[in-house]
Amino acid sequence: MNLEEYKGVYVFAQQVDNCINSIAFELIGKGKDLANDLGTEVTAVLVGSDVKGLADELAEYGADKVIVVDDPELKEYRTEPYAHALASVIQKYKPEIFLVGATAIGRDLGPRVSARIHTGLTADCTQLDIGDFPINPVPGKEQKHNQLLMTRPAFGGNTIATIACPDFRPQMATVRPGVMQKKEKKAGVKANVEEFNPGFTPDNKYVEILEVVKAVSDTVDIMDAKILVSGGRGMGSPENFKMLEDLADVLGGTVSCSRAVVDAGWKPKDLQVGQTGKTVRPNVYFAVGISGAIQHLAGMEESDIIIAINKDDTAPIFDVADFGLVGDLNKIVPALTEKLRAELADKN
Amino acid sequence: MKVVVCIKQVPDTKGGVKFNPDGTLDRAAMMTIMNPDDKAGLEAALRLKDQYGAEVTVLTMGLPKAEDVLREAIAMGADKGVLVTDRVLGGADTWATSQTLAGALRNMEYDLIITGRQAIDGDTAQVGPQISEHLNIPVISYAQNLKIEGDSVIVERQFDDRYHVLKAKMPCLITALAELNEPRYMTPGGIFDACKAEITVWGRADLKDVEDSNLGLKGSPTQIAKASDKVRKGAGEKVTLDPAEAVDYIVGKLKEKHVI
Repeated sequence: MNLEEYKGVYVFAQQVDNCINSIAFELIGKGKDLANDLGTEVTAVLVGSDVKGLADELAEYGADKVIVVDDPELKEYRTEPYAHALASVIQKYKPEIFLVGATAIGRDLGPRVSARIHTGLTADCTQLDIGDFPINPVPGKEQKHNQLLMTRPAFGGNTIATIACPDFRPQMATVRPGVMQKKEKKAGVKANVEEFNPGFTPDNKYVEILEVVKAVSDTVDIMDAKILVSGGRGMGSPENFKMLEDLADVLGGTVSCSRAVVDAGWKPKDLQVGQTGKTVRPNVYFAVGISGAIQHLAGMEESDIIIAINKDDTAPIFDVADFGLVGDLNKIVPALTEKLRAELADKN
Repeated sequence: MKVVVCIKQVPDTKGGVKFNPDGTLDRAAMMTIMNPDDKAGLEAALRLKDQYGAEVTVLTMGLPKAEDVLREAIAMGADKGVLVTDRVLGGADTWATSQTLAGALRNMEYDLIITGRQAIDGDTAQVGPQISEHLNIPVISYAQNLKIEGDSVIVERQFDDRYHVLKAKMPCLITALAELNEPRYMTPGGIFDACKAEITVWGRADLKDVEDSNLGLKGSPTQIAKASDKVRKGAGEKVTLDPAEAVDYIVGKLKEKHVI
């Protein structure tokens, strides 16, 4: 493999139902930074059916170029035709870096593509930098420059590892949604589009979609919320979440929850914060009746202000809380809601 | 019908996390368990055994002590256990691990391969899909439900805001979510069987159609540049107040921080 042949930062622009997922813009944003460090460009790879019209939106967020793979076989996400699309793009265009969102789609697609291409893939990255590998010179070992250094949590968020892929290209990573920053949208920018279709012939690896069942949800995505009021097992019952909804309403926030609450069937999965849920970084995160398992902390500890309310003063949530209150949430939360309602009414 | 379940012995990071006085992770003090998603995968296989008389083999790669997790699986009801262990396989990333397991699977008969979605130590979710690629069979990740229909498997595949009902011809690989089911306990009879069971142990030489250059640390495209225990932000204030004072305290802080 001639590594010098591989140029440019490419990102998978995930779309579902012809609507681009926020992760695509986050990857373009981060991809721009990496491309600047390398003196190259960022290319978005848009895969789907009748998706060409979405290309300009990718340009508005900073994509220098958009490769569109458009085919009826790609209407709904399926591993094989999507893997074939990305692997073909990589074989033809030879990018040095390829980023994919660590979504329920990307974490299936990324490994399949990396295995087909024979390159490394680092999962669920939370930080990406360009640097040297090894980081410090090691006698007798070549130090390579301009490598992608991929940082990720492991052991349920207890440790952090930085990983490189020095001898294979592209350097591939899946990136945790909600962590990288989008660039500001420049309305009206037109995309530099290149269409590419490698041909899709169904084989044994194509699965059949019998049904698509969408969850009915009209709630705000918790990853976009500025204020989150999050409840855990300590809420005691699904009915008690009404308290949290009232508090969230007063503050213009949104309710989220811990894994225990989802496992108990009290709240749907899309409200779950944590390692197997979503990563959030709101301005204010209320952790109410949440003990703070390490997997939960991994999903919320980057919040600007963390306020914890818990009756157990040894709960690990207090180890990350800016303001921790040991007390009875059933008394504190309704009283807090009333007080805030009065305060905010005075203000207006 | 033959089902192979890939399982992994992992440190118990849930609840059982222990720290040294300096705040680093005390790995020696942590228990090992069968990875939760894998256990759900095993349970799914055992239900196929109950329903259709499927033969269930569990496969793991690891140190010799990983034999324990195979015996646990047999105690739950699995028929056979295969341990792949060899010094040259150590230090493998997901590419080399999936190559190793694919090399073992080429020596086995299977209609269905089940892996957990991800292991709680690495959290990558990569090995299952990568095995399927090496074996050139379809993969369905994130399975929240599965059933058999003739020569096909029908799976509910979870996404963020929906699920797809997918049908794939076997042989096929499924990655299981812990939510798939409630795994059964070991039975006394099962434990008795597990103690007596002969575990098949394979080394490098038993792997089929795999190059040395794809195995172990040397065959791993990804390399660790740096690893450290995570530095946490640290605790802020912690107060115990009666409800009225608590409310004033929070409101005061929200004002101080210009949230309201």
